[in-house]
Amino acid sequence: MPRFRIPGPLRRLSNGEITVEVGGADLGSAIVALDERYPGFRDRLLDDKGDLRQFVNVYLNDEDVRLGSGLSEKVKEGDEISIVPAVAGG
Amino acid sequence: MPKLLGLRCRECGAEYPLQATHVCEMCFGPLDAVYDYASLKKVVTRERIESGPKSIWRYRDLLPVEESTPVVTLGEGFTPLVKADRLGHQLGLRNLYLKNDSMNPTNSFKDRVVSVAISWARSQGFETMACASTGNLANAVAAYSARAGLECFVFIPVDLEPQKVVSIGVFDPNLVAVRGTYDDVNRLCSQLVESTPWAFCNINIRPFYAEGSKTLTFETAEQLGWKLPDEIIIPVASGCQFVRHRQAVRELIDFGLVRGDSVPALTGAQALGCSPVYNAFKSDEPEKVMPVKPNTIARSIAIGNPSDGIYVNRIALETGGVVEAVTEEEIVDAMRLLARTEGIFTETAGGVTIGVLTKLARAGRWRGDETVVAYVTGHGLKTADVLASANGHGRRVEIDPTLKSFREKVNL
Ligand SMILES: Cc1ncc(COP(=O)(O)O)c(C=O)c1O
Ligand SMILES: [Zn+2]
Repeated sequence: MPRFRIPGPLRRLSNGEITVEVGGADLGSAIVALDERYPGFRDRLLDDKGDLRQFVNVYLNDEDVRLGSGLSEKVKEGDEISIVPAVAGG
Repeated sequence: MPKLLGLRCRECGAEYPLQATHVCEMCFGPLDAVYDYASLKKVVTRERIESGPKSIWRYRDLLPVEESTPVVTLGEGFTPLVKADRLGHQLGLRNLYLKNDSMNPTNSFKDRVVSVAISWARSQGFETMACASTGNLANAVAAYSARAGLECFVFIPVDLEPQKVVSIGVFDPNLVAVRGTYDDVNRLCSQLVESTPWAFCNINIRPFYAEGSKTLTFETAEQLGWKLPDEIIIPVASGCQFVRHRQAVRELIDFGLVRGDSVPALTGAQALGCSPVYNAFKSDEPEKVMPVKPNTIARSIAIGNPSDGIYVNRIALETGGVVEAVTEEEIVDAMRLLARTEGIFTETAGGVTIGVLTKLARAGRWRGDETVVAYVTGHGLKTADVLASANGHGRRVEIDPTLKSFREKVNL
């Protein structure tokens, strides 16, 4: 199962867990599974249209998913999905 | 009375106490420093500013450092604003000015933001400064940390220009060269910030750091005789400084420091080899900035995933500015044009700014009498290699030490 890495500001949602393993064949369904386990994640990560929020970066094994196929990116056992606040740098 | 009230989310307005955090817990939006404007309005005057030091610290009232806090300074800011008549003549602009910020202590505008960031961090008890950098920020952080006697960790992409690496290394920071792009470096540091007790200038203490950029616009107005120009051309990497320039304009007007209340057009400059903000600006959805993989000689501004990109486009549209981008060739041509006409040697990021200025002027953007200011944000020696590899020696001849050889080779 893929593993989410939860950033500090969202750890209240995950009861303080830094990493959370969930099911799902692609990033979108993994987020749904994460939200079923710890409600609230879907709203924080996705906007009304179901797209990734502007201020959220998601990396699949350290690659920015927006440079790939976004939420339809395939995920598998052992993958690490990092959620990182986007407002940094420069 | 402290002048800083706290931090506020730019998106949802949630308020936070003054602390080293940069994102809103509710919506992940950026946090900005909030000042007690009502009290400040009673003290801030042109005279008070003019009697201050010839550095960014003359605007201390509008910076996030309390009166009693000792600052870490190397004399940053108050750089020359030069009227560029020869370049202006070529571009059909009679009132063109260049803000030459390559004249800062470490030769880029980053000295402004770092002087503010490190002064704030030291006053909060931080012992180690850090940053994710495309080079200039690391240079400033390393120098100011040395000056303050603080520990320093700077993170840069592994393949940065050798000239930059040397001028960072001399200050003896912990220099971490990351195998990846700037965006990889930034992502790594955004994760590291949670497990280190460090002040990352452009991450956890970004709300304070960013404020230092305002001084570039404060100075421009003061040097124009307390007037705002009609348009400012600003290079855009993350967009962090671009957004603060809009805030600086707002403060100059609200505090009655400048005559009138017309807001300059704020125009952004990018390299086509890394133009995520420009791409969105040209599209139907200017507030949907999609990341790119950078591939440009303008390494200082090669940020593929710019955090403030959407605000840059919003502000450009609001103020009547545009976001424009130039090719690699146009960057080098602009560096040479600026040097040849005005005697200023700027780095590739400055080439982008002057390239965009040139492109817009030639496309007929201005009538000719507007006051246009271009921010030249870094020095040419930082990226000297791009000229060396493109026949950078100009009209060079090699001769024997004889009059005969001179006459043969030099056409007088
Ligand atoms: C010389 C120079 N100009 C402009 C910028 C752009 O700054 P920002 O990231 O605030 O858009 C940078 C950023 O590193 C820089 O080094
Ligand atoms: Zn918010």
